[in-house]
Amino acid sequence: MTPSILSAEGLSGILFLVFLAVTASGAVIAVGAKRLIRSVTGLALCFLGVAGLYYYLGSPFLALMQLLIYVGAVCVTIVFAIMLAGSEESAASPRKQILRIAGLPAAAVLIWGLSALGSGTPWVKMPQTGDFSLESVGKALLTTFGMNFELISLVLLVAIVGSLVLARSGRSKS
Amino acid sequence: MSVLSLANCLETYLAVGAFLFGIGVYGMVQRQTFIGMLISAELILCGASVNFMAFNRFLAPNPAVGQIFTLFIMAIAAAEAAIALSIIIAVYRNYKSIDAEDAADLNG
Repeated sequence: MTPSILSAEGLSGILFLVFLAVTASGAVIAVGAKRLIRSVTGLALCFLGVAGLYYYLGSPFLALMQLLIYVGAVCVTIVFAIMLAGSEESAASPRKQILRIAGLPAAAVLIWGLSALGSGTPWVKMPQTGDFSLESVGKALLTTFGMNFELISLVLLVAIVGSLVLARSGRSKS
Repeated sequence: MSVLSLANCLETYLAVGAFLFGIGVYGMVQRQTFIGMLISAELILCGASVNFMAFNRFLAPNPAVGQIFTLFIMAIAAAEAAIALSIIIAVYRNYKSIDAEDAADLNG
């Protein structure tokens, strides 16, 4: 069954292809760009595409969280670090040149192997017991995963204090 | 199976996850600066999250679990980025460079 391009399914399929293209091109820019600031922009583009994929996977909440946390917080923090630490890349050492050339086929084999494994395995679908609603996510977060929730908040607290201490040391008093 | 109905099949998402993971590993190997490596690490984590969400949508019995797992990955990634960036700032203060090859005082 091939949906027509002008039907609702066809249009959503085209939008999905656009999100796929945004994700792939963002990832390529993030890895391949010479200047770090362009790399961060590619990373933000890639996260935008992945947020679209999350929407298609039935979770608008996670799509919004992806935009808020990754694009809004992580990318901006990396931009701050580039501003503070300078972005010039020195000339590549010979060892890195070898890695740059030899890494490409290695990464291609990795991608091919993983996707062949994904498409070759006969996946078994389990009977559904829950639903996709945000309500069930919230309930599970505070009942089944309550311990993990507390641990994550502890990890975040330690990360905040640790990064403040690390970035502060070495600063002169004056 | 036409191109336009790719959104409804699990293999598409698995391929996207594998692509993000592989390209992240390539960037990790090939980058010279710490910040470039951090960007690649974020790509790898993103590929893992896409895989979790795909299995959650198509195969898992309870679809809330995968979403919660992805939320936890996001929190860990944010903490990791904050710590890594403050370490990078500290390294920059000491070595006046963020090149991974320059921070080699303990190299024998």
